[in-house]
Amino acid sequence: MEWIYDRIESVGCELYLRALKDIPPDVREAIAKGLAAETREGNKTAERILFTILENIRIADEHDTLVCQDTGIPIFKVRIGTRVQVDIPRLESCLRRACERATAEYPLRSNSVHPLTRKNTGTNTGRGIPVVKLEFVPGSDRIEMHMAPKGSGSENMSFLKMLNPSDGTRGIERFVLECIFESGAKPCPPVIVGIGLGGTSDLAMALAKEASTFREIGSVSPDPEIARLERELLDKVNRTGIGPQGLGGATTALAVHIEWAHTHITQNPVAINIQCWRGERASAVIGADGTVTYG
Amino acid sequence: MADYVLETPLREDDVRALRVEDTVTIHGTVFGMRDATQIRIFDEGVPPPVELAGSVCLHTAPGVRKLANGKYEKTSIGTTTSTRMDRFVPGLIETYGVRAIAGKGGLLEGSVDAMRKFGAVYLAVVGGAAALETMQIEEIEGVWWEDLMPECLWKFRVRGFGPWIVAIDSHGNSLYRRVQEEAARRMGFHGYQQT
Repeated sequence: MEWIYDRIESVGCELYLRALKDIPPDVREAIAKGLAAETREGNKTAERILFTILENIRIADEHDTLVCQDTGIPIFKVRIGTRVQVDIPRLESCLRRACERATAEYPLRSNSVHPLTRKNTGTNTGRGIPVVKLEFVPGSDRIEMHMAPKGSGSENMSFLKMLNPSDGTRGIERFVLECIFESGAKPCPPVIVGIGLGGTSDLAMALAKEASTFREIGSVSPDPEIARLERELLDKVNRTGIGPQGLGGATTALAVHIEWAHTHITQNPVAINIQCWRGERASAVIGADGTVTYG
Repeated sequence: MADYVLETPLREDDVRALRVEDTVTIHGTVFGMRDATQIRIFDEGVPPPVELAGSVCLHTAPGVRKLANGKYEKTSIGTTTSTRMDRFVPGLIETYGVRAIAGKGGLLEGSVDAMRKFGAVYLAVVGGAAALETMQIEEIEGVWWEDLMPECLWKFRVRGFGPWIVAIDSHGNSLYRRVQEEAARRMGFHGYQQT
């Protein structure tokens, strides 16, 4: 199975570049729907902004170039079949080399700096970077790779609050709306709002990231109560009127996604992680025979 | 809501004519700067090595490729969040005569005030639209303070940079403030200040 490490590295490199260049179809569709809504409302500024966003996506397609200059912090979610024989530390170093290769070859702007000295590693990797999340799929003989270069404008809009059980659903809604208000124009709206509900503080943040970054727009929580809260919150966030780029309009969010876990009897953690309109992500599957399928 | 095409350097009359929700397209020169560039100018007290009077300053740290002749070629030039660099804006306008800040995410009231007093505007670039911006920037004409890479002081030659929305004008109007106040009213947040 030596070939698998070459494959992981080359696919990781390719996914980093694809995620920066090619906006996923569900995101494109949601922006186009937003544009139609702003046209119906007669909001010229919001209409112009969404039109420019679609135009920008088209230019990136046409010239095979980056959609946004922020090459992000690389995050990989790797779902490994339990029938695949792979050495996990080696897999992690392959993903690191994938980022270094993509950065050197394109070349991509490197964003990875030491938190105190601010010295840039120049490679988009470093201590703890790329972020690698591993999941295991029982009985599968494939490796599923998901990649997201998370931009900072939206990542800077991350929030956590440990609510009291008595705050109830209203408390959750209030906190979400406060965060959206606080974020205003900064995370490049229209955004995807990721909410992590329950768990412990760290689990709530991880769930929020999954919700903002790896879920497709149009996907609905399988839990009917959670799905209802997703719908209601999307409506409330859009009724704030913050709009595209925070300059007013009916399209503040393209989606609200909630991922949840059970929590302690005394607490109710709510974590929020925002994704910008770019909704950047790319994925591929490495089959048992070594074939790679993108998308 | 009028559409303007302006050549740099901008005069005070050029920017005084603009109102929020107008659009502006720029021909000429745009200077690029980000956090580290302005920390050097204002916190370390090093004056910019190039004339900024009448200029348009863009909040950016570009993606570039260095060529054999020492010049830089653009790979991806986009716009970063201005609010982080809000505290430098009054100084750019008052001390160095900058007439337009181009960025995303908006500026706070101190900057709105400086724009009203000295005659400058904030142009809202569509954040994330780097593919488009990179096309509109014809060439990187100059670079100073390469030790701050990529947060150097950059000089770009632009043709048809825009159209970007006037989100803060020189008459004390801010589209951001208007939208936030309306959002606070709709959500029933009274006396809530954006930080």
